[in-house]
Amino acid sequence: MGSIRLKQVSKSFGSVEVIPPLDLEINEGEFVVFVGPSGCGKSTLLRLIAGLEDVTTGTVEIDGQDATTIRPAKRGLAMVFQTYALYPHMSVRKNIAFPLKMAGLDKAQIDRKVDEAAETLNLTEYIDRRPGQLSGGQRQRVAIGRAIVREPKAFLFDEPLSNLDAALRVNMRLEISELHQSLETTMIYVTHDQVEAMTMADKIVVLRTGIIEQVGSPLDLYRNPANLFVAGFIGSPKMNFVEGPEARRYGAHTIGVRPEHLEVSRDGGLWQGTVGVAEHLGSDTFLHVTVAGIGNLTVRAPGEVGVRYGDEISVTAPKERIYRFDKDGRAIQ
Amino acid sequence: MATDHSRTAARFMISPSVLLLLGWMIVPLSMTIWFSFQSYNLLSPGTEEWIGLLNYEFFLTDPAFFEALANTLLLVGGVLLITIIGGTGLAILLDQPVWGQGIVRILVIAPFFVMPTVSALVWKNMFMNPVNGLFAHLAKTVGLQPFDFLAHAPLFSIILIVAWQWLPFATLILLTALQSLDQEQLEAAEMDGASALNRFVYMVVPHLARAITVVILIQTIFLLSIFAEILVTTNGGPGYASTNITFLVYAQSLLQFDVGGGSAGGIIAVILANIVAIFLMRMIGKNLEA
Repeated sequence: MGSIRLKQVSKSFGSVEVIPPLDLEINEGEFVVFVGPSGCGKSTLLRLIAGLEDVTTGTVEIDGQDATTIRPAKRGLAMVFQTYALYPHMSVRKNIAFPLKMAGLDKAQIDRKVDEAAETLNLTEYIDRRPGQLSGGQRQRVAIGRAIVREPKAFLFDEPLSNLDAALRVNMRLEISELHQSLETTMIYVTHDQVEAMTMADKIVVLRTGIIEQVGSPLDLYRNPANLFVAGFIGSPKMNFVEGPEARRYGAHTIGVRPEHLEVSRDGGLWQGTVGVAEHLGSDTFLHVTVAGIGNLTVRAPGEVGVRYGDEISVTAPKERIYRFDKDGRAIQ
Repeated sequence: MATDHSRTAARFMISPSVLLLLGWMIVPLSMTIWFSFQSYNLLSPGTEEWIGLLNYEFFLTDPAFFEALANTLLLVGGVLLITIIGGTGLAILLDQPVWGQGIVRILVIAPFFVMPTVSALVWKNMFMNPVNGLFAHLAKTVGLQPFDFLAHAPLFSIILIVAWQWLPFATLILLTALQSLDQEQLEAAEMDGASALNRFVYMVVPHLARAITVVILIQTIFLLSIFAEILVTTNGGPGYASTNITFLVYAQSLLQFDVGGGSAGGIIAVILANIVAIFLMRMIGKNLEA
């Protein structure tokens, strides 16, 4: 239960093609994250799977059955919206019970299931409140509760954490991951935040302008980005790119080095540069180094580094840590 | 406006308008109350005298009063029913994307701009007239006897005319409310398995509750004092079949020149309007709380 397959699915709004035909396979029980910059079509793709938008061409298969023309409610998927989309005039209990009520379950059954879900999500205390009286994180949990009571084949999350503050986001990230471990249900999660993608996903789908740039496990994408876009998008801080003669020395149009792979020394390294801003985070120090003929490099040095603004330092990139890209931005193996 | 000094200054500055508004209301009201205790008929000037509650007794024991009271409530209730059900339906239709949406919306609003006397006359002469009216023609083409609306169903006809005038108002308010409904909520309900009817019942209607309350309150205020439509169509008749309280007060004070009796009727109308208002606020006022 819960495998989804897209075959040559495309979507156009009028004459604008938002998603050119694409194929994608989502296996049962997988946590798949669609990630990409805003406007890349990741939400549209999710809505196509949900059935909230009609596909222009192609087919959507759920559990091996063609679901392209099936109504959203009948696809057996549950969705958590970015704005939570809670029903403001109903209590938490009624919100969570709504899908069950629509499914025509009897009252005792509904009550039992709602209580169970509220228990799982620590909502029992707030069960009789209205959404307006809840905090952002609590609303988020109600939205998830409304999704899990249906026991869907798959959960669809549309940027569910983007309205929460940073600390809460980390918490909810963990909760959703734990939920996935305990339910073992397929989850599709849309986000523009690569940290969320890296920490939660079994499989990441990187999208740009409706095109799938790469599909793979988080570490796969981190270690072997297929192109410049994926290399720049996955990893924080962003990968450093160097073009020109320095890149040609490595037989590439562009080379890339991750900030955490650059080594800092006083002198004798590969590149000599001047330290600009140094961001001390305690566990790490981010150095912004200007190297003549190469440009700005971000360096992530572990721990506390005694470097200040204006210091001359030397930066070295180990040869095996250098990614090489050709003229079209594709990775050279 | 934090300091005591500025607060005092503010009170002082707004006091002229407050006093003006107070006088504006108090003077006619107290004059009406004063006249309602007088025997005051314009046909016999100079014989005014204090007669206590006799005018009220006269007005309240008049069989026409109860008929007018029932008519008033029927008129208000009937028009509210038609405009709210019809207005919700129209608002949902107008909310759909159609070609020429702007023009369609203006057309729907148009009846509100037609003045009551004109629209009532148009309905009376061009639609409901048993000889020349459009309805009579329609009835004749299908072989039916034309129905004389204003003679045989006068109150119903007036309800129809007034409802036609107020439908745009209800539609407009309900349409704006409908447009503020979060689309994601409807999509969530769709994912949750709610059919179109269930989405209407569980999402749209609760969302519209506040707007419907506003429509009911505002319309009630105006519908209690419907007058022009009755004057130009039925003149309150036949008998008292289409007389409401407002028209009864008019008939009393101006057709019979009885200022005292009319004033008493006016005060009773004010009291009745307040009873209706209290009743309404109790019933639906909680919808207005956030």
